Amino acid sequence: MSTRNYSLFYGGFKALNRISIQIPSNRITAFIGPSGCGKSSFLRSFNRMNDLIPGVTTEGEVCIDGRNVADEDVVQLRKKVGMVFQRPNPFPKSVFENVAYGPKLHGVKNRSDLAVVVEKSLKRAALWDEVKDDLHKSGMSLSGGQQQRLCIARAIAVEPEVILMDEPASALDPVATLKIEELMNELKANYTIAIVTHNMQQAARVSDYTAFMLTDENRAGNLIEFGTTKQIFTTPSDTRTEDYITGRFG
Amino acid sequence: MTFGTKRDCTQKIMRTVLLVSALTSVLIVVLIFVFTAGRAAPAFHEIGIWKMVSDTTWRPGSGEFGILAMIAGSGIVTLGAVLLGVPLALGSAVFLAEIAPEWIAGAVRPSIELLAGIPSVVYGLFGMAVIVPMVRTIPAPGNAGYGVLSASVVLAVMILPTVTSISELAIRSVPAGYREGSLALGATKWETVRRVLIPAAKPGIVSAVILGLGRALGETVAMIMVIGNSAILPAASTGNPLSIFLSRARTLTGNIAVEISYATGVHESALFATGVVLFVLIMLINSSAALLLKKGVR
Amino acid sequence: MNRRKLSQNAAFSLFWAAGIMSVLIMAVVVGYVLVKGLPGISFDFFTTSPRGGLSGEGGIYSTIVTTFYLVVVTLAFAIPPGVGAAVYFSEYSGSTVGSLTGKLVNLARFGVDTLAGVPSIVFGLFGYAVFVTAMNLGFSILSASMAGACLIIPVIIRTTEDALESVPSGYREGSLALGANRWETTWKVVLPAAFRGISTGILLSAGRIVSETAIFFVTLGGSYRVPHSLMSGGRTMALHVYYLAMETRAFDRAMSTAAVLVGLVVVMNLGINTITGRITGKQR
Repeated sequence: MSTRNYSLFYGGFKALNRISIQIPSNRITAFIGPSGCGKSSFLRSFNRMNDLIPGVTTEGEVCIDGRNVADEDVVQLRKKVGMVFQRPNPFPKSVFENVAYGPKLHGVKNRSDLAVVVEKSLKRAALWDEVKDDLHKSGMSLSGGQQQRLCIARAIAVEPEVILMDEPASALDPVATLKIEELMNELKANYTIAIVTHNMQQAARVSDYTAFMLTDENRAGNLIEFGTTKQIFTTPSDTRTEDYITGRFG
Repeated sequence: MTFGTKRDCTQKIMRTVLLVSALTSVLIVVLIFVFTAGRAAPAFHEIGIWKMVSDTTWRPGSGEFGILAMIAGSGIVTLGAVLLGVPLALGSAVFLAEIAPEWIAGAVRPSIELLAGIPSVVYGLFGMAVIVPMVRTIPAPGNAGYGVLSASVVLAVMILPTVTSISELAIRSVPAGYREGSLALGATKWETVRRVLIPAAKPGIVSAVILGLGRALGETVAMIMVIGNSAILPAASTGNPLSIFLSRARTLTGNIAVEISYATGVHESALFATGVVLFVLIMLINSSAALLLKKGVR
Repeated sequence: MNRRKLSQNAAFSLFWAAGIMSVLIMAVVVGYVLVKGLPGISFDFFTTSPRGGLSGEGGIYSTIVTTFYLVVVTLAFAIPPGVGAAVYFSEYSGSTVGSLTGKLVNLARFGVDTLAGVPSIVFGLFGYAVFVTAMNLGFSILSASMAGACLIIPVIIRTTEDALESVPSGYREGSLALGANRWETTWKVVLPAAFRGISTGILLSAGRIVSETAIFFVTLGGSYRVPHSLMSGGRTMALHVYYLAMETRAFDRAMSTAAVLVGLVVVMNLGINTITGRITGKQR
């Protein structure tokens, strides 16, 4: 995944300023920075969820596998690029129906095929053991952490290449958070993961690469620095990065 | 301090006064029940409620007070109104909630609200002037245009605003996370509406329909003007069973309104009894709607 | 994939059709009544009274007077208990959950909800039984307005409560923190702040009274003369339309009266939408 001179505007207001970045495959890339710097907006550019907001315009390119996402069919794009939200949002349906929702849309009709996909996805999301005895209970009856893993299973079920996670653990307790972080580590073998987090320690624990963003004097988000997590956290090149890391602001 | 006590006094008095105001509605309900049931009691006593409700013959002159024909009349007209009006109302609700651009919704919504404000007598008049002549063109013996079909059409238009606005509210109340989650999985807008939003809004939508039903049952004047007011059990006039919709009929509400001005004695009491039956029916319907609404629009 | 897009386009065109059809229905009904009715409207129409009889000659003067008096008296009966009840529900009942008063409040709410569901004709029967006969007030504006008040009290309670609830709690806290008691806060701060919403509710109720037929059919009688006191009977414009349509051949005059009514409704709706400061009529 990559972007080149990508800017995002809400009406006349520039929210993201000429961001260029190359995000490596099958790794976890974390986006950190103070709140309001545009991390979520940037993340949502990859699956064009910003399209849902009226008055949004963009400049520059956002590419996946070398192809501009603006040129792709948005429905197919969202199959390729999955998203997990800050607040777990399972549908008011059964666990099975939640996970089967995506595959059903994209063509899997056969009941037994669906069952296979559901099981595989739930296993990959480390939720299978906890729900396998009753797949038909409501998704809403799970705990917060379980709901989030259900949403991850749901996203995995459509077999994406990329999983975008927008502060996936911020609404969860520490134990559930840890589980999600372990899960991310397992998932990167098969998926490219980009995560937005305001929790620096989490970024340091979990990610392979880190991108630091900051708003400039016009309140537009800029990419300040990007590199391996090790490098960013031990020897940042930019003083602003260093200030943020060491807690001098943020 | 005397000043403080005066303020205190006012405060305490007002508290009680306001509580009494709040209980006024209960008082009125009780009074309604007491007085209408009271006036209806002679009929219930002399004729018997079971006989009234199961007899199809309404001939006050000969002492026959069966209201089954009117129950059937109300029932079939309401059914017709629901069949005609609910799909249109639901379609408009989805249109307003999910599909229409905001400026169009801004023009459509007040139009539908305007429909809600038009007096029922004007709907009746429109029915007489436009709908009845149209229905009259359908060939069937004894079809003068007045009957169940005309009444259903008029009633469908009358319940349209209620069902539309409450359904729209129910759909809008579905948490935004569901919409986002579905779209992020690669669903089209229509798939999201069909597979996630409408099922989630179902309790609210069902209650909207039930409320429309209650409204339809309670309508009086528009019905009197187009339904023909024959106190007969609606019946098919040709071989085609659908022609039952061309039959003349009378609603429970119409029964009361048409005869109350000259009814006396047991006859009058029977009309009050009709009112009691109507009241009970509508109360049942409205309470089920209220229960469902609490479940669906939170 | 194309299949999914196609099915969306098909479905969405149906929904567009539904939306357009609703607007069309409104246009047809309102348009027909206006087109048929407006030609008959003249200054004379408003200033002469109906002359009765089969021909339905005359204008609607007396009906206008009757309608006006009816609205005023009904509102006079309905507003104090209605607003009072709403104030109680909104401002006083928060602290009573569980106690005896709390149970009374639940009962009161149940009463309002039930009352809201009673059909208009039953109110008419009630009015006939109690005011017209039992209290011997006969067919009169008095009987009709008391019955009418029962009909619209729930409307006033609901709209007033809504208006009160949208007053920011900060106002109340500020007043209480300055040492005012609850009644003073309500009377001097909250009610004035909610004035707009309450007026909307009252306007809505007035519209309801103007539009109602069944309830007044049984309590006002059918006199076409100008009422000279609260004890006089009469007919409202809505009732006049009914009588013209059903008892005379003057269909055109019925249409004209109906056109006046529709015009009133349109004006009232516009009024309400302007008071609440919106044209789009968004839901709560």
